[in-house]
Amino acid sequence: MPSVLVLEQALNGLQFGLMLFLLAAGLTLVFGVMDMINLAHGSLYMIGAFLGAAIVGATGSFVLGVAGAVVGTGLFGMVLESTLLRPLYARDHLSQVLATFALILILNDGTRMIFGNDLPLSAPAALAGPVELIPGLYYPSYRLVIIGAGLVLAALLYVLVAKTRMGALVRAGAANREMAMAMGVDIRRLFTVVFGIGAGLCAVAGTLMGPLLAVQVGMGENILILAFVVIVIGGIGSIRGALVGALLVGFVDTFGRTVMQQLFREFFPPQIASAAGPAVASVAIYVFMAAVLAIKPQGLFPARG
Amino acid sequence: MAKLLRSLALAGAAAAVAAAPSLAAAADKVKIGFVSTLSGPSAAIGTDIRDAFLLAVKLNGGKLGGLPAEVLVSDDQFKPDVAKQLFEKNIKRDKVDFMTGVVFSNIMLAALPEALDSNTFYISPNAAPSPVAGKDCNPLFFAVAWPNDAYHEAAGQYANQRNLKSVYLMAPNYQAGKDSLAGYKRTFKGKVIGETYTKLGQLDYAAELAQVRAAKPDVLYVFLPGGMGINFVKQFVGAGLGKDMTLLLPGFGASQDVIDAVGAAMTGIFNTAHWSPDFTNPANQKFVAEFRKEYGRTPSLFASQGYDTANLISAAVRDVKGRLEDHEAVRKALKAARFDSVRGAFKFNTNQYPIQNYYVRTVGSDGKGGLTNKSFSEPILKDHGDAYVQDCKMKP
Repeated sequence: MPSVLVLEQALNGLQFGLMLFLLAAGLTLVFGVMDMINLAHGSLYMIGAFLGAAIVGATGSFVLGVAGAVVGTGLFGMVLESTLLRPLYARDHLSQVLATFALILILNDGTRMIFGNDLPLSAPAALAGPVELIPGLYYPSYRLVIIGAGLVLAALLYVLVAKTRMGALVRAGAANREMAMAMGVDIRRLFTVVFGIGAGLCAVAGTLMGPLLAVQVGMGENILILAFVVIVIGGIGSIRGALVGALLVGFVDTFGRTVMQQLFREFFPPQIASAAGPAVASVAIYVFMAAVLAIKPQGLFPARG
Repeated sequence: MAKLLRSLALAGAAAAVAAAPSLAAAADKVKIGFVSTLSGPSAAIGTDIRDAFLLAVKLNGGKLGGLPAEVLVSDDQFKPDVAKQLFEKNIKRDKVDFMTGVVFSNIMLAALPEALDSNTFYISPNAAPSPVAGKDCNPLFFAVAWPNDAYHEAAGQYANQRNLKSVYLMAPNYQAGKDSLAGYKRTFKGKVIGETYTKLGQLDYAAELAQVRAAKPDVLYVFLPGGMGINFVKQFVGAGLGKDMTLLLPGFGASQDVIDAVGAAMTGIFNTAHWSPDFTNPANQKFVAEFRKEYGRTPSLFASQGYDTANLISAAVRDVKGRLEDHEAVRKALKAARFDSVRGAFKFNTNQYPIQNYYVRTVGSDGKGGLTNKSFSEPILKDHGDAYVQDCKMKP
């Protein structure tokens, strides 16, 4: 396999992984800090994408669209947390799953009523074409912007969690919630802020992915499953784990879809290869997750020691 | 004994009642059950078929073949089991004369037995899977649009004509995807240098596009219906592959709903179809103008099929003079297809699938700031049928 192709696929894996990270970061914090399973996390991704698309449609500015989506979705997330989700913290996981699943249905239909089934969203015209990174390697400029934005946000999130007072509180909450409360941490306000940040990250991912995928009702459900795979691999509650897990899932999926199918073609007769290759590719990340869990049942970087 | 006599009498009376309709000379109206996918991400196709079907009825003054037409429209929600129930309801309770409407082959195949087993005609405005063209052909089934393989066979032929030697093929990993690539290979004389099956419903094709770029084919042929195709074309253009190879699509991959969704990136893309909005035959010019007037958009391929379906039924009802109970006569009239199709001339094969011309289309400006398909004047496949007709053991 030529090295240019490997490099291009690596960029694809990186881009996909970073977007998954934006989703998984919020999910892992909510799950880790609040011990709350929020299935409606994907709905925030959808709402962010719809808000972004609507603002881009009205103003014509993509930057404004992303900013507006982040603020709008962040605020919506905080309202959602302080009204509907807060009473659920004391309940068991099954009640949380049921309630947030209901929320998915409500938010899907609510979005449909306000925005319709889908909204058009295109990448800015200046980023529509490819750029030549090294001779022979053309890469879509829009995907490069996504990679850049993902890296910047990952760095910011690292600083926030590792170097600030709020980050220390978040880590304390993830490691041992009761102890953090006993030490006088205002856990209520912390939860609301964490939830708002998670929702804002969803909105970034939703708006950036909108032009590549499609802004449509139900877009959050498929990606939510992957986000859960990421945080289970990475270790629940760990931002570092979410980043590593997301990148691993991004690479495994990208190479599973391409290299694996080719390997199958080289080693098996065509009938078997064309049937088994795609089948294996589509389950590659789940096999990978099972392998990780077999070796490290707590995930790669468990937040709770 | 008395009891037995009474039941015999009842049975006789029932038989008389059941027989009564066939004695009536002609029906006073024609009832049509229209079941299609009208909600969800794939709703655009069914909506176009319905709109065009109802437009045809409206342009006929609310009648089909001279009889007042009643069209019962319902939504299968993209679910085979729902479609099956709706068919049963339309046939058993509403007692329709014709069933039609379904978009997707898998949904139609699930619901079709409801119609065929209760002796009701199914006039397919879109789905035309290969089994029903061959060994499972049925006198009650008519495929108005095109056999599932036809566009792909036309695309392979077009690549030959352009002297394009190597192809990379891509389709979702399900039966229709595999059939479509088989159809392309049936006519293509060059070399297949790559073949990828993607996950059904996949929306990001970055990894596959990188493989295609490395394989350097002359032509990339892609069967990705609906939203998958919309995303694929956008990403193909974003990756700048357009200058390295020719992207070839089946007609529905570049139908009007896809063009409107993708936008300027569609310009110059080649695709194959049996119909194009720029056909100059009078029936088509009237259809395109009336459709634009009624709905404010350019009709898609699927709309043309819905319109033809309504007019085929209309012609048959007219030719049997409303005697809808006479199934043999209705079938003969349907098969004769005496109406002006918007695709131009066509006829039904012995398996009741169409024999017709296929054209190459390219996407260009419609002169009003939008984009639309324009067809090459010479067909790429002339009087083309399907590869399964010899397996059909139906009496003519």
